[in-house]
Amino acid sequence: MSEMLDVRVWRGAAQGHFCSYEVPRQDSQTVLDVVTYIQRRLEPSLSYRFSCRVGMCGSCAMTVNGIARWTCRTHVSKVARDGGLEIAPLSNLPVIKDLATDMREFFDKWASARGRFRGSRSRGDDFEKVEPASPERRAADAGIECIGCGVCHASCDVVSWRPEFLGPAALNRAWTLANDVRDVGQRERLAAVAGDAGCHACHSHGSCTERCPKQIEPTAGIAGLKLRAARAAMRGEL
Amino acid sequence: MQGSAAVEGLAALSSIAAQARLWYWQRVSAMVLALCVLVHLATVIYAVRGGLSAAEILARTQGNWAFAHFYLVFVGAVTVHAPIGLARIVEEWLGWRGRASALIAWLFAAVLLMLGLRAVWSVFAGSAA
Repeated sequence: MSEMLDVRVWRGAAQGHFCSYEVPRQDSQTVLDVVTYIQRRLEPSLSYRFSCRVGMCGSCAMTVNGIARWTCRTHVSKVARDGGLEIAPLSNLPVIKDLATDMREFFDKWASARGRFRGSRSRGDDFEKVEPASPERRAADAGIECIGCGVCHASCDVVSWRPEFLGPAALNRAWTLANDVRDVGQRERLAAVAGDAGCHACHSHGSCTERCPKQIEPTAGIAGLKLRAARAAMRGEL
Repeated sequence: MQGSAAVEGLAALSSIAAQARLWYWQRVSAMVLALCVLVHLATVIYAVRGGLSAAEILARTQGNWAFAHFYLVFVGAVTVHAPIGLARIVEEWLGWRGRASALIAWLFAAVLLMLGLRAVWSVFAGSAA
């Protein structure tokens, strides 16, 4: 292990450049540790975003050596190349400054995909019983742990070609709700996620599934949405 | 929402329901094609053993209704499958959406259908050029 790490960090917004910093190498050092070191010791004006540091909040995702990752759970030893790191903001999102991206359009797409639960019961009603082993519950479980970090969105080729594409995170969210038997907004949701800017635009490249730090498979959920929306359309229910 | 899905679909590519139906038709036609291509290749490999002449092929295919039906299905599946894919490519690569991509898809479908039917008819009816 070399003593110092050669780190190149993006400075600026859409226009900008990489600046180089020397950061002391440490055991079990994460990429977020490196960025924090730079901001606290070398470059106080460096902007970046983080919160929990333990892989729960989804706010610290960045592009590390060309690949979108959650930086708090990414060890330098796993990703450093020739003793160096190149750290940039997430792709496919507008850069506010340095490593901080504007996540608004990312989360707006969740809203567009009807990513919000809509039930029919009130607090006066009894609980709805959902069998944990039922296929719907299992399908929802497979996608429910998304932390909204944006790694899949930044890794998606279709998002980079067609900015209006809803993207893997929003569609994964829609898929978990499509499998929620309590939800009463299913038809509107299918109409919102179908078609050219929705699930049917997905090329199934699988970059989202490969890069998701939570091992979720948005590609599988999108395939489920494609089929469900197409069936509804064939029955004239879309 | 009733009526001929394919006609409605290609006429209004911008409708979300139509897009979903087109996806469905492309999926179904792909399944048919997968089977047809396997049968086609297996037949070619089997038939060509020890050499094969045009006369021998025509001797088997002329008046052969099973052959004609099989390739009519094949041509039908191609006519559905390929134009939908072409429309998608035109939309994604050239950015031509709606009427432009639908027109190209329709024209391509017409050409494929014509060429396919002509080929099937030629080897079935026997007046192959």
